[in-house]
Amino acid sequence: MQYHSPTCFEDAAALAAKATGVTRFLAGGTDVLVQLRADIVTPDSLIDIKAISGVRDISSATDGSWTIGVAVSGAEMKEHPELSQDWPGLVEAMDLIGSTQVQGRATLVGNLCNGSPAADSVPAMVAAGVEVSVTSAQGTRKVAAIDIPVGPGRTSLTQGEVVSAVHIPPRGPRGGDAYLRFIPRTEMDIAVVGCAINLALDTNGIITEARVSLGAVAPTVLLVSEAADAIIGSTLDDAALDKLAEAASAACNPISDKRGTVEFRIHVAGVLAKRAAKIAYARAQGENT
Amino acid sequence: MKKIHVTTTVNGDSVEYLCDPRETLLDVLRDRLNLTGAKEGCGTGDCGACSVTVDDRLICSCLMLGVEAEGKKIATVEGMANGEQLHPLQKKFIEYAALQCGICTPGILMAAKSLLEKNPDPSETEVRYWLAGNLCRCTGYDKIIRAVMDTAADMREAS
Repeated sequence: MQYHSPTCFEDAAALAAKATGVTRFLAGGTDVLVQLRADIVTPDSLIDIKAISGVRDISSATDGSWTIGVAVSGAEMKEHPELSQDWPGLVEAMDLIGSTQVQGRATLVGNLCNGSPAADSVPAMVAAGVEVSVTSAQGTRKVAAIDIPVGPGRTSLTQGEVVSAVHIPPRGPRGGDAYLRFIPRTEMDIAVVGCAINLALDTNGIITEARVSLGAVAPTVLLVSEAADAIIGSTLDDAALDKLAEAASAACNPISDKRGTVEFRIHVAGVLAKRAAKIAYARAQGENT
Repeated sequence: MKKIHVTTTVNGDSVEYLCDPRETLLDVLRDRLNLTGAKEGCGTGDCGACSVTVDDRLICSCLMLGVEAEGKKIATVEGMANGEQLHPLQKKFIEYAALQCGICTPGILMAAKSLLEKNPDPSETEVRYWLAGNLCRCTGYDKIIRAVMDTAADMREAS
């Protein structure tokens, strides 16, 4: 295994482009090293991107948008008060991954590119409308987070491409997001179902925009426009919540495994959608929940 | 396989080593630096027995490569006591008998120390969540949690 530690993304992309065999990028390593140690994936080239300047930075622009470096850990996100204020759902989703120790290293981009359908931060990124920068020899382009995973363990990235930044849109007025997952215990587990909701209200408390995303109920994280449509134009009354739950459940295409059956996952997706919508709505109204 | 030269700081001492890029920081600590306090329980980041801090951030040393330690500041359980003077957490763990076999103890001590540095007055719930990534198969956790809570109270009083 060749270990590389380039100092810019162009060099990282060039190294990946000419590498033969299996290439992995290393940021937090909480998936890469587990796969390496378990002989699941033994990279021929390991490209550590942490020597690149800016990869540990969390920065906000004048328009209110955020850029998160690709090596920023979950713990660093949680300790950032303004980011947590703007995007509590995204921060809480990231914070649910693993233990304190894992939080010290795990990153948004690692969670995204690992390609797990049950990745906790991915529904939150999809609901938030996150885009990532992808750098290659051809330059840097922006790709919606939802378009990165294409199946369990697989991404749309091609050889010679590396994710170089995470872009979160401006929070805007009267907006809020939330992420909930079901696990059979209280900590340190993988989502059986995850649901993220991001919404914005007008001055009368009517939902004007919404994005509903589900995890662990299909081969990739889903963005469910029917579920968003169910609550747009409402004040999140009981009828709207019921329609939301119905649409969320209808979008599911899950598998049965040791952690949950198809029927259970479909039902729980609706339940979590309702609960997450209530939290996101309360946050959009300025409540600290 | 070409070995890589790494210069880093461990418990305040400057350290140099050559390591294979596949070696974890835990391998390096135990097998090259003879610091066997950090234990390998699972090797997959689930059990916390290998917990150390890197630049004051608690991590599993089994989930970090030795080559990544270049220029970092690493702290292990060996650096916790000041000479013969045990850290308050170490004293309290003995007083409460908050261990049986002891395999998880170095990791739990490092994790608890990291918590109390960030939050000198944690609730029991906060302690339990913070230590959720440190598995103990002997004690049932109760004595560990009480030892950490009592240490926190003592350290608050002393400061």
